[in-house]
Amino acid sequence: MPTKTPARSPRASFTVDREQLSNGLRVVVLPDRSSPVVSVAVYYDVGMRSEPEGRTGFAHLFEHLMFQGSANLAKTEHFTYVQGSGGVLNGSTHVDYTNYFEVLPSNAAELALFLEADRMRSVALTEENLDNQVAVVQNEIRVNVQNRPYGGFPWLSMPPLLFESFANSHDGYGSFVDLEAATLDDAQSFFDSYYAPGNAVLTVAGDVDTDQVMRWVNEQFGDIPGREVAPLPSFAEPPLTAERWGVVDDRLAPAPAVAMAWRVPDPADLPSYLPFVVLAEVLTDGDASRLQERLLLKDRIATSVGGYLGIMGDPLDARDPTPMMVEVHHASEVPVRTVVDTVDSELSRLAQDGCDEDEVARTVARMTARYLRDVDPVLGRGTHAAVFEQQRGRPELLNELPVLLAEVTAEQVAAAASTLGLDNRAVLELRPAGDA
Amino acid sequence: MTRLVPQLAKAKAFKVPTVTETALDNGLRVLVLRRPGVPLVELRLRIPFAAPSGKRGRAHVARVALLSDTMLLGTERRDAPTLARDLQSLGATLSVGADADRLGFGGSVLSGGLGGLLELLAELLTAASYPKREVRGERERLVQELAIHRSSAGVVAREALLARMYGNHPYAHDLPESDDVDAVTASQLRSLHTARVIPAGSVITLVGDITPARGAALVAEALRGWTATGDVAVTPAVPEQEGRRALLLDRPGAVQTTVRLGGAAPSRTADDYAATTLANLVFGGYFSSRWVSNIREDKGYTYSPHSGIDHPAAGSRLFAGADVATDVTAPALLETLYELGRMATVPVEQDELDRARQYALGTMALSTASQAGLAGQVSQLAGSGLELG
Repeated sequence: MPTKTPARSPRASFTVDREQLSNGLRVVVLPDRSSPVVSVAVYYDVGMRSEPEGRTGFAHLFEHLMFQGSANLAKTEHFTYVQGSGGVLNGSTHVDYTNYFEVLPSNAAELALFLEADRMRSVALTEENLDNQVAVVQNEIRVNVQNRPYGGFPWLSMPPLLFESFANSHDGYGSFVDLEAATLDDAQSFFDSYYAPGNAVLTVAGDVDTDQVMRWVNEQFGDIPGREVAPLPSFAEPPLTAERWGVVDDRLAPAPAVAMAWRVPDPADLPSYLPFVVLAEVLTDGDASRLQERLLLKDRIATSVGGYLGIMGDPLDARDPTPMMVEVHHASEVPVRTVVDTVDSELSRLAQDGCDEDEVARTVARMTARYLRDVDPVLGRGTHAAVFEQQRGRPELLNELPVLLAEVTAEQVAAAASTLGLDNRAVLELRPAGDA
Repeated sequence: MTRLVPQLAKAKAFKVPTVTETALDNGLRVLVLRRPGVPLVELRLRIPFAAPSGKRGRAHVARVALLSDTMLLGTERRDAPTLARDLQSLGATLSVGADADRLGFGGSVLSGGLGGLLELLAELLTAASYPKREVRGERERLVQELAIHRSSAGVVAREALLARMYGNHPYAHDLPESDDVDAVTASQLRSLHTARVIPAGSVITLVGDITPARGAALVAEALRGWTATGDVAVTPAVPEQEGRRALLLDRPGAVQTTVRLGGAAPSRTADDYAATTLANLVFGGYFSSRWVSNIREDKGYTYSPHSGIDHPAAGSRLFAGADVATDVTAPALLETLYELGRMATVPVEQDELDRARQYALGTMALSTASQAGLAGQVSQLAGSGLELG
């Protein structure tokens, strides 16, 4: 009994309002009165790729400093105001951007805008807070990388193999030496260069009225002086011309793993890029995907199989250059060569024999459902719209993405697979301690 | 220029969503809640699956883990790839998980595919086949996965803590033991399924782009044929928690010490539940807490100190944990005990209490503001015999 695809093509239909202040700040408002909650997010167009040599990890360290006090707020006040009004908050540093966000009961919307404006106006930097946050970040790296099996694999260990330039290849979490060398002057100059209103996008999503939000935004952000923003440099690199094979030893890991990476087209060119996004899912989404069915169910040579675009796993928030990655965990008894050869054979089968429209249609159906589930909460909606505005100038993609995904064809997916060759990829083996 | 912090506007009253409850003749409770927005429906199904105490409990934990890992690997009518393809075509996800109290299904689907997802669910509940080859493969994979889990310091520390807290009780085992998993056979899984995957005592929850009438009708149509009967098992009572000295586990070369503490907490129906919830927040339950301010924001000993209360069926409990740099282990423990002692002896300040109360109320509104969040809340409360209102 074959199960039918739902007849109705799923859509998102959110209201998207957009304005820009005279200081350059771009504002996107997504009003939705269905629940009494609101998200506020600020995206600065600076990430790990932009940190200077000798200051690895600085973009992330600076994100921590943005919570340590600002024009009118002492240390810890940012947290107590948000949480004391019933909200949650966080920030995160990515390859291409740094974000700060709150989700709160909607009666605290104006407060959240004040808090974000206050630290965009100026950040309060002290030696004591810098030293404290260097120690906190070092403990973050210990718990997430150094004291954890497979820590940083492959997101920290693949870039140096796949890329050449400092910007693309360095450790974005940072070396302890570089973190300890960071100064308050570094922080002030980083803030001056990259945290200008013209380098930021603000989104407000949820139980608000757009006109009211814009009045608040003008009051809170309007008098922050605009500063010149240097154009984003190109991080492009020439393509690989020969296979690169690297090894990383992990003394905590009980079993090996392998990651394979290929550069994919510039994400700015969505029609060329989206077939690769679909390809990653055709290969690895669930037991009916090519690599899971083959490696997990048929050959039984893997413990887990994953695949995604982007160093950090989100296909829709990366700028060029960016990879497609396939990550396989396997038992020590299975030679890594067997795993890699099997992935290769599935890729060439897909490139040569193609796939049928039904395979693409069902893959896209689930991708669409997952995307809609991501943008149902006000935070997911606000963060997706922020990246779409920042990197593409099109927050309306929030609604358009399902349509664009549905337009990807089986031929495009097979053509994408045919570019994933043996001589333009990097392969990174993780060897557990026992295999040394 | 000093700018004034805006005052909060008047908070909107928290509206308890309306849940429509029906029951099928087979005993299954059906909860449906319409929350339009994106064209999806969230599905949760909870089946009581309590483990016995002692050695039988350990074996049960291993069988349930493998049962939940293999249930989607074949039915009398479809093999694993066919099932997976059919789920994808519906725009659906479906996963099965288990703990010491229950077996849980979680899924979501494009709203037009809800009927199809419920049909697949019914087929799994009544005709999952646990094919021998798939069970063998999954058994090996689970053993490898367990080795990976147990290479993590947090898992090692938690297992040691649970063993101390619960002894012979099944709550001592978050994860099954590898040799217990090795011993599980496909026929044991089929027997366990027959005995325990029953509608009596089970609750299904649908939340999303669906009317209560249509949701209930689709569930009735798909699941009225789920007629298995049996005894509804109840988790045995947990042992008394005793204060104990610290247990030290050596992990040579570790760059951090993984600290975990735990103990009994009041249940959700206890008189001091609300007070305990707020006390936990003030101590270490959110960022603006005393413990975080002390060992992270003042001293930099750690990245992620946190304490929290959870509510398994046989007894609520409090956990606290922090991963601290190895060379500051002793001062971090000293500050932790200091903050715990201060909670017990010095009254909480009014502004600390107000913040914690607002946070507890506000995050409740946040957690029910999406289809998935609401489904999780409704299902969890119904499964514990509580009502959303």
